[in-house]
Amino acid sequence: MRHIISILLENEAGALSRVAGLFSARAYNIETLTVAPTEDTSLSRLTIVTSGTDAVIEQITKQLNKLIDVIKVVDLSEAAHIERELMLIKVRATGKDREELKRLADIFRGHIIDVTESTYVVELTASGAKLDSFIQAIDAGLILETVRTGVCGIGRGERILKV
Amino acid sequence: MTMMTGAEIVIRCLQEEKVEYVFGYPGGAVLHIYDALFKQDQIKHILVRHEQAAVHAADGLARSSYKVGVALVTSGPGATNAVTGIATAYMDSVPLVVISGQVPNAYIGQDAFQECDTVGITRPCVKHNFLVNDVHQLAVTIKKAFYIANSGRPGPVVVDIPKDVTAAKCKFEYPETIQMRSYNPVIKGHLGQIKKAVHMLLEAKRPMIYTGGGVILSNGADQLTRLTRRLGFPITNTLMGLGAYPGTDRQFLGMPGMHGTVEANLAMQHCDVLLAIGARFDDRVIGNPENFSSLPRKIIHVDIDPSSISKRVKVDVPIVGNVPDVLDEMLRLLEAGNASPDSGVLAAWWQEIEEWRAKQCMKYRMKKSIIMPQYVMERLYEVTGGKAIVTSDVGQHQMWAAQYYKFDEPRRWLNSGGLGTMGVGLPYAMGAALQHPEMAIACVTGEGSIQMCIQELSTAKQFRLPIKIINLNNRYLGMVRQWQEMFYGSRYAESYMDSLPDFVKLAEAYGHVGMRIDKPEDVEPALRKAFIDHKDDLVFMDFITDQKANVFPMVAAGKGLADMILTEDL
Repeated sequence: MRHIISILLENEAGALSRVAGLFSARAYNIETLTVAPTEDTSLSRLTIVTSGTDAVIEQITKQLNKLIDVIKVVDLSEAAHIERELMLIKVRATGKDREELKRLADIFRGHIIDVTESTYVVELTASGAKLDSFIQAIDAGLILETVRTGVCGIGRGERILKV
Repeated sequence: MTMMTGAEIVIRCLQEEKVEYVFGYPGGAVLHIYDALFKQDQIKHILVRHEQAAVHAADGLARSSYKVGVALVTSGPGATNAVTGIATAYMDSVPLVVISGQVPNAYIGQDAFQECDTVGITRPCVKHNFLVNDVHQLAVTIKKAFYIANSGRPGPVVVDIPKDVTAAKCKFEYPETIQMRSYNPVIKGHLGQIKKAVHMLLEAKRPMIYTGGGVILSNGADQLTRLTRRLGFPITNTLMGLGAYPGTDRQFLGMPGMHGTVEANLAMQHCDVLLAIGARFDDRVIGNPENFSSLPRKIIHVDIDPSSISKRVKVDVPIVGNVPDVLDEMLRLLEAGNASPDSGVLAAWWQEIEEWRAKQCMKYRMKKSIIMPQYVMERLYEVTGGKAIVTSDVGQHQMWAAQYYKFDEPRRWLNSGGLGTMGVGLPYAMGAALQHPEMAIACVTGEGSIQMCIQELSTAKQFRLPIKIINLNNRYLGMVRQWQEMFYGSRYAESYMDSLPDFVKLAEAYGHVGMRIDKPEDVEPALRKAFIDHKDDLVFMDFITDQKANVFPMVAAGKGLADMILTEDL
């Protein structure tokens, strides 16, 4: 099962490698990982998308909590939440493809943020699955480069992750 | 308030923490610290001959007492040599503070002389580590290091200090207490869970208590003994937990696991309620987890580390908390309810256990002309009256020591249970000897293990540590040989120890007493001579033992606990 785990940790040198190192040392998988400071700059918020059985996910949250720099851990996917990921995708845009790619970007509510004679860069923010569908909707031969931020997420309503 | 250098601050912090001994080895990056050490006489420095032994010795001191062990090493190779010691302590949750020198801040990342990423290298084998870039952070970081090392589930903490930080000056202020928003270990167990557990224990028909190193680390042996006697249940202590309950008591079934007794393993397997305390259902203890879980039994698990609970085996009643606190609460509930288990039901269970015990699985055959290693352990127990601190290395001798020496008290048995580090025996004995000058210290080892830290015979001479080394010399890496005999068609690949030194001469060369014993009738007189006549000397006893002796019972790796190979099976 896919899980989105959100972590509040001390914004200190090496804190990220403690989390990443834990995942590799215990053979847990990381699909995406994203991290940045919060409104309180002494704190970082880290989001990891992982998968595993319930027992494995339980161990992951326990092991994360054991890290000294980790303040709070929550499995966002346990309850109502929103997830978003940003993708920048550079595509070959010439001839009839130019119009088609523009239309497709509109359908997915993306923006074309860079235009040259032969390329577009499309910016798209959505769930990871929706980004995947966009990639599939484009002729694979036209994709020049993709870059994704990895998933970040937040609980709905009064579900708040704070110190 | 006077200004102090970083080096002086380091020493001052150690004094504030009442550190008596620092085990270490000097080098470029820690010269300022050594200079500050030289100018005081409160802390004694023990100069080892290899940094690995510095950490092991600090670890041995910690295991044999209630203290945090402290080691001091230089940057680069000093730190990398310390890694085995740190990983060993980490696996067994021993509180240590390891201070390592680092190249000056401005040199970090420049591939400077004796530079290595100590924080990066040690990260997976420490409870936590710090790189202190600023002298103003030094005192508070060291305070945090001691706090983290010795609270919750203990463990080693590395403090890496660049050389310029030890030269820089600032005012010294040592915080009295530490508050960390990200680290607050749970002490008291959940009362509802504890009540549920007590109820389950009272209802049990075939109860069993299984405890590990956590009971010893948390100083919970007294509570454990009272609870076990109050309930009248059978109990087993793991390799790490020996001594938490008196080994000579009738309720004690011996050690469980790969080389555990028949009665302990079968009781673990066939109980209906298992009370696990400060133990982690290690693969060497429960064997195959699928097989173990296939039998219907309820498990209550008390541990301070939530990640140890339901890690390998699903637990029915988890209790996160400090062992003595939780056991005190259990005892209080039993007293308050004036409740006791049904003695008739319990008697039937004990009868079954006594039938298993009657198999006498630890019996071995004596030989006329050659010394059996088990016999040496039995004699060691007799000669020391069961009162020695026994350290061991890793292998067959470790298992025989654990099986045949009965530990009645905690912190008397020091060995590397988790990481299984050969070479710990002698440095552990050094740490224990310094901490307990009044006690007999026996280091049980083999000719393979002892050579992994043999250089420490020199340290032992310098500091006059009267350790008694019991070398069970079978000219084989015995445990490797045993597995090769049983599982690899007796192809003894690289397990024969050739070109061994003359250990008697070697001991004498270091200024110690050496003895070679090769007849069974000489075993006890030699031990008496060593422990009584040479009480104040280090004595190296080289016992030439049976080459084919194996450790039994044995549960082969991956098998269920009931699947034991006994002596007579062969």
